[in-house]
Amino acid sequence: MKPGEVNLGTSLMAVTFKGGIVIGADTRTTSGPYIVNRVTDKLTPIHDRIFACRSGSAADTQAIADIVRLYSEMYSVNFGEDPTIRTAAALFHDICYQNKNALSAGIIVAGWDKYEGGSVYCIPLGGSLHKQPFATAGSGSTYVYGYCDKNFRENMTQQEAVDFVKNGIALSISRDGSSGGCIRIATITEAGVDKIFIPGDQVPTFWNKS
Amino acid sequence: MVTRLEQPRGGFNFDNFQRNVSLEQKGIRIPKPIKTGTTIAAIIYKDGVCLGADTRATSGPIVADKNCAKIHYLAPNIYCCGAGTAADTEFTTALISSQLELHRLTTGRQTRLSTARSMLCQMLFKYQGHVSAALIIGGYDVNGPNLYSVMPHGSVDNVPFMTMGSGSLAAMAVFERSWRKDLERQEAIDLVKDAIDAGIFNDLGSGSNVDINVIEKDKVDIYRNYYKPNERAPKEKVYKFKRGTTPILKESIKDILVITEGVEAMDIS
Repeated sequence: MKPGEVNLGTSLMAVTFKGGIVIGADTRTTSGPYIVNRVTDKLTPIHDRIFACRSGSAADTQAIADIVRLYSEMYSVNFGEDPTIRTAAALFHDICYQNKNALSAGIIVAGWDKYEGGSVYCIPLGGSLHKQPFATAGSGSTYVYGYCDKNFRENMTQQEAVDFVKNGIALSISRDGSSGGCIRIATITEAGVDKIFIPGDQVPTFWNKS
Repeated sequence: MVTRLEQPRGGFNFDNFQRNVSLEQKGIRIPKPIKTGTTIAAIIYKDGVCLGADTRATSGPIVADKNCAKIHYLAPNIYCCGAGTAADTEFTTALISSQLELHRLTTGRQTRLSTARSMLCQMLFKYQGHVSAALIIGGYDVNGPNLYSVMPHGSVDNVPFMTMGSGSLAAMAVFERSWRKDLERQEAIDLVKDAIDAGIFNDLGSGSNVDINVIEKDKVDIYRNYYKPNERAPKEKVYKFKRGTTPILKESIKDILVITEGVEAMDIS
């Protein structure tokens, strides 16, 4: 991170469930010790049923997302078919890897397509590409590995998946200083996108009720 | 010996950059660009947006201009507050406004805020933060009133209220205390005025007067120096001496000879 750059010290989660995927993020954007935006939307639409969750430099990830959104739109116009999640993830992977020395971007690409159903791809800092049943990213992710490994199950219901993500983000917010604010969640299925906003005073608490 | 002239190759040339790095290592101080302390703030209200700015421009510890304008024109329906290096904000907004004018002439449509936003953030991202311009874009287009904040590295936020510059913390405190959804026009102006006022009095980099700009559907009101909390007070005494205060001790008049040299007109027939 360059000095003065705006940071998405972030908690991101994405999980696959029976009919699609659920993604979630906190809403904090910081520049040094100052919170620039406390209601940021880090769940960025790429196509009708493809979303990217952004962590790292706000400027870098926004610029990459803008380029991939353009490519995805051109793809669907040229081929008369929505791009698959793999295609969108490969576009992100290409840009992140080719420019790995100039970028600081950790991105999760998730969505639903007719070939593979719901899928989650993770592109960490070096620009590698990983298909995973669930993924976490951002500075807050380190705090919830244990939670995810213990509680993740394949073929959860939609409600179970939403709760899994909601609690995971809430846990990482409570431990990571660079994450915080509210929780944004999006569910993507064949039916479309459903976005949920959880205000700061309704974020789940656990043993430390206050 | 045959010397072969090297053909200049295409692309960028970073020779001067290498030279500057080696000069810096040898202990030569590289001049730094002047950054201005600023308070700028903007909010969306019921039927428009309200932009505000202080009017102090600084160069290090010196107040370079006591009444400068920090709200720039982008399009007839879009204005932009600038913080950061004064020259950078001035020139980026001027450049984008000229591109937007050409864009309007080719499309024949009113400029949208998202167009201005994309142009600015793509330019700032291209320069990787070296163009030090922190901007708040406000305006009214087909989607109604809208507000974007653009950081020097090229990141954008879409928010209902935003402050920037060194006085942003003081101004944001005022917004966080009193901002509500769907404020009335006068309430919005007063709130932005109070936010800038907080910046003027609590931040050393900001000062002088408050500029306000209100943009509604097909209507822009520019209130230059809307509020002047730092009017210079009249002097208690006049330090002007009466004529004849200094006594004349000696008087001498000298004749001065004026020699005028004439120039003959040239024959150009």
